[in-house]
Amino acid sequence: MKSSKSKSLKEKLSLIVLILLFNFILLFSIAIAQEELIVPKDTIPPASPTNVGAFDTPNDRGRSITITWEKSKDDGTGANDVKGYEILRATEADGEYELIGSSASGAQKFTDNNVTDGKEYFYKINVTDGINYSLSFPSLPAMSKAQWFNLSRLNIFVFVVVLSFAILYFINRAKAGKKLYIRKIAGLEAVDDAVGRATEMGRKIFYIPGISDMDNMQTIAGVTILGRVAKVAAEYEARLEVPVSRSMVMVTCREVMKGAYTDAGRPDAFNEDLVYYLTDDQFGYAAAVDGLFVREKPAAIFLQGQFYAESLILAETGNSVGAIQIAGTAAPAQIPFFIAACDYTLIGEELFAASAYLSKDPKLLGSLKGQDVGKFIFLAAIVIGAILLSLGVYDISPLFSAG
Amino acid sequence: MRREVPLTITAIVGFTLIIAYFVPHAPFSDVRDLFSDWFMVIAAFAIYLGILNLLKINVDKVYKKRPGWGFSIVTILGFFLFVYIGIREGRDFGEFGTRYYWLYDRIYYPLMAAMFAILAFFIASASYRAFRARNLEATILLLAAFFVMLGRVPIGYYLTTWLPEGWRMGNIADWIMDFPQTAGQRAVMIGIALGIVSTSLRVILGIERAFLGGE
Repeated sequence: MKSSKSKSLKEKLSLIVLILLFNFILLFSIAIAQEELIVPKDTIPPASPTNVGAFDTPNDRGRSITITWEKSKDDGTGANDVKGYEILRATEADGEYELIGSSASGAQKFTDNNVTDGKEYFYKINVTDGINYSLSFPSLPAMSKAQWFNLSRLNIFVFVVVLSFAILYFINRAKAGKKLYIRKIAGLEAVDDAVGRATEMGRKIFYIPGISDMDNMQTIAGVTILGRVAKVAAEYEARLEVPVSRSMVMVTCREVMKGAYTDAGRPDAFNEDLVYYLTDDQFGYAAAVDGLFVREKPAAIFLQGQFYAESLILAETGNSVGAIQIAGTAAPAQIPFFIAACDYTLIGEELFAASAYLSKDPKLLGSLKGQDVGKFIFLAAIVIGAILLSLGVYDISPLFSAG
Repeated sequence: MRREVPLTITAIVGFTLIIAYFVPHAPFSDVRDLFSDWFMVIAAFAIYLGILNLLKINVDKVYKKRPGWGFSIVTILGFFLFVYIGIREGRDFGEFGTRYYWLYDRIYYPLMAAMFAILAFFIASASYRAFRARNLEATILLLAAFFVMLGRVPIGYYLTTWLPEGWRMGNIADWIMDFPQTAGQRAVMIGIALGIVSTSLRVILGIERAFLGGE
């Protein structure tokens, strides 16, 4: 019995020793692996970038240098292990270089916007695969300075000058008494009808000048049209209300309406509360105006200016209350909505032509004629461009791209 | 003087900004940002006019019990609630976890989303009217809409898988969007650009002055 017990104890002890030995071997193997005795370390650095160049960033206000380089041969090709590039800068070719930025693999350009004009800078590019680094030769010195003309906008400058001269020429011709033809714009012809309808029905007119501020040209155009509508409303003794979404638009609309009522000989009919502020929030404004439409059931609604997604919400609500609606916007995405939901729509440029059309002022009409010259230039460019592209000449596109 | 001063300021600012667009050199390079800052400052002051007007109109409506005065009470209470909570929360009023954020997230945001969602129904009702084939143009519009809408959904793809590649619903929709639609939209945009240049010139030169009030 005793000998069998000691045998069993021996077997247990040998098993424990065996397990400990196995664990020791396992841990030792892991330690060796961790010490990277088994997996060899990558000691080969990626090929360094070449042709490092630095130059003053063109057509800018200065304080900027653009650095370019040719990719490392191991970036996309070769060992293909490049992780990124580091951009180093110094004020002397053999001076101390400091890290100023980094780019991902594949990059070949970096803009340093933290330089002083008139001071020379040298650049080096450090490429890394995550472990090893390889430094390029330094660039030639570069110095930033501000330019006096943005050459990338030369085409726009030429076009604006030609268009401006054309507009001024036709304004002068109009002032000299030359009769100018302007096609009928149905939406603007309907202004009197819409105001008259509101007067007959004894209901209100709502004028919505968009949801943008006075720094938007569409808002200015919309406010300009408001002056004409307000004058007609004052003459017809119709009640015109202008709920706005910008405080500055409210102040401007008040001035415009006050002037229009005075011109119509009805300054007493003007009340500042006819123009009121609702909210700057897009959908809050849409909700408030929709509420006004539904409660007041206006006879006529003018939607003139810059609109976004609220355009159809407003126009469809106006349509549902049976109001005659005259809309106008230069937001291309909103034009189809207005066409679908409104009785008349001023499409794009018609919004800007409305002021001239309604006032019949020869100077303003002359400016519209000047626009036709611009259209002719565009049409000619489109036709010539289409012919040249069809003939395989592709170098003309840059002439029409702007920087 | 009431008109000359604003017109002179408009002309100086307008011409300076045009020059700044083409001349990146100082001092023109900085005036664009400067004028933009000035506009923001003026707009910030103007917001008080808007707030005062909002309160005046709504308080007046409640006081005189005009139709819809109940909505005005909600507007006034909502305004003061947001202002009060915003001031109580201090500088970080908009941060996650604040009471202001809760109001924004649980009241304001759902209301805004609900208004935006209404657009889906309005698109349907407007499309119904716009796509009635009353004349040739409306019929073309209807056909274009038919192809574009079906070409943008899976059923359009499955209905025309038997057709050769290039003639399927999706291909026709892409063609309509890439060519006739793009051409039409670009024509509108060229007109808009010319209109903006012309209007800007009229405003800067003082020919267009209706936005200052009066003829």
